[in-house]
Amino acid sequence: MRALLAIIQRDLLLVMRRKSEVLTALFFFVVVTSLFPLGIGADAALLRKIAPGVIWVAALLSTLLGLHRMFAADYQDGALEQLVLSPQPMVLLVTGKIIAHWIVCGLPLVLLAPLIGIQFDLDTGSLSVLMATLLLGTPVLSLLGSIGAALTLGVRGGSVLMSLLILPLYIPVLIFGAGAVYATSVGLDTSGYFSLLGALLILALAFVPWVSVAAVKIAIE
Amino acid sequence: MNQVNNPSFSNSRLINWFKLSSPSTFYPVAGKLIPVFWALTVAFGLAGLWISFFIAPVDAVQGQAYRIIFIHVPASWMSMFIYLAMAAWAGLGLIFNTRLSAMMAQALAPVGAWMTFLSLWTGALWGKPMWGAWWVWDARLTSELILLFLYLGFMALQASIDNRRRADKAGAILALVGVVNVPIIYFSVKWWNTLHQGASVSLTKAPAMAQIMLWGMLLMALCFWMYSIAVGLMRLRAIILEREAHTDWVRQLSEVKS
Repeated sequence: MRALLAIIQRDLLLVMRRKSEVLTALFFFVVVTSLFPLGIGADAALLRKIAPGVIWVAALLSTLLGLHRMFAADYQDGALEQLVLSPQPMVLLVTGKIIAHWIVCGLPLVLLAPLIGIQFDLDTGSLSVLMATLLLGTPVLSLLGSIGAALTLGVRGGSVLMSLLILPLYIPVLIFGAGAVYATSVGLDTSGYFSLLGALLILALAFVPWVSVAAVKIAIE
Repeated sequence: MNQVNNPSFSNSRLINWFKLSSPSTFYPVAGKLIPVFWALTVAFGLAGLWISFFIAPVDAVQGQAYRIIFIHVPASWMSMFIYLAMAAWAGLGLIFNTRLSAMMAQALAPVGAWMTFLSLWTGALWGKPMWGAWWVWDARLTSELILLFLYLGFMALQASIDNRRRADKAGAILALVGVVNVPIIYFSVKWWNTLHQGASVSLTKAPAMAQIMLWGMLLMALCFWMYSIAVGLMRLRAIILEREAHTDWVRQLSEVKS
């Protein structure tokens, strides 16, 4: 457990030393979502309708932006090898890195989402559902993304390839996340969407760290 | 790699299946099998097309256009089955570190991607007269599209890693993660009651179609099976030659020498 906390603290510290990378991903999220009203026009009814999809897709893309940082720097300077060799279970260490990635790249999106939602003229009910779905969904994005980040370590064209590998796996999260917000705005029941998102999160938590560990070990050997 | 001549294995009367797991022994065997599978492809294909175009009656609801089912359904079955086979071979390669399994997975990926594309394409041709749209965002169509992306991702990942061993292992992990999608495609018409029609054929209940149509479809499915095996083996032989080019037995082959 202490190893887990230590690795989270270490990764967060590294991020704090170089804030610009994180801020770039967040800025990307804000800019992309702001481009849609400019491109489509300021028709409030239309914006309300596309808001869930646009915000979720922007969240997917900005999560992708931060993913390559999860293992790449440690892979290059050899720290990842030391982590594999350390006596601590590798699963814990990888889980710690995933949690750190979520705190840096996922949590700010959850907090920013209401602000973006207001731009799209969403009502308070939809805003809270949007935040709740992002809170359940972004950890799944970080978890699934770790597989892609580990598989493409040191591969040429790695970050483009990673989006090709990971985006198809993100589709279920996108469908249920955006679907819940849309359902609220037309007054339908959302409990099914939340159950499915929760199930995705639990399944991803249970299996993905082990898969990522296997992928990291393949990259290192 | 030299051929293994372990006496305790070769004394056995049964065919020694483990021996076939070596590329050098499997290469000539595959060469002999390919014409057989091509002949079966043609035979099943001709019989299946004959039944589906000339003998099977016109559908009461869908008219002549339903006949695309004879291509669409076998292609969809194969797209899912080849993915499972590919993931299984990749998994075997990951666990036992056998070279031929990884090559098999690599050989199957383009065949499966082609079947998935064919399934989507014929589905679009069928959807236009029946639903009035080439494409709808229905659960089954979407999950089949994801399957195509998974095949493409698998091939792209394998192509961009230079170290073969690492490429095989990384591809295997991706293939195994993607297996989650196959049951979703298969049950999507049951879980989400959407535009795509339900399964016409199932193991547990009588098929919801005329006997003769079923025969046509099964023959076409067999044809697609044989085609996939034949093309898969041809690809496998090419991959074996490519990867084992440094070995003596490849240099001794008559087709390589000339």
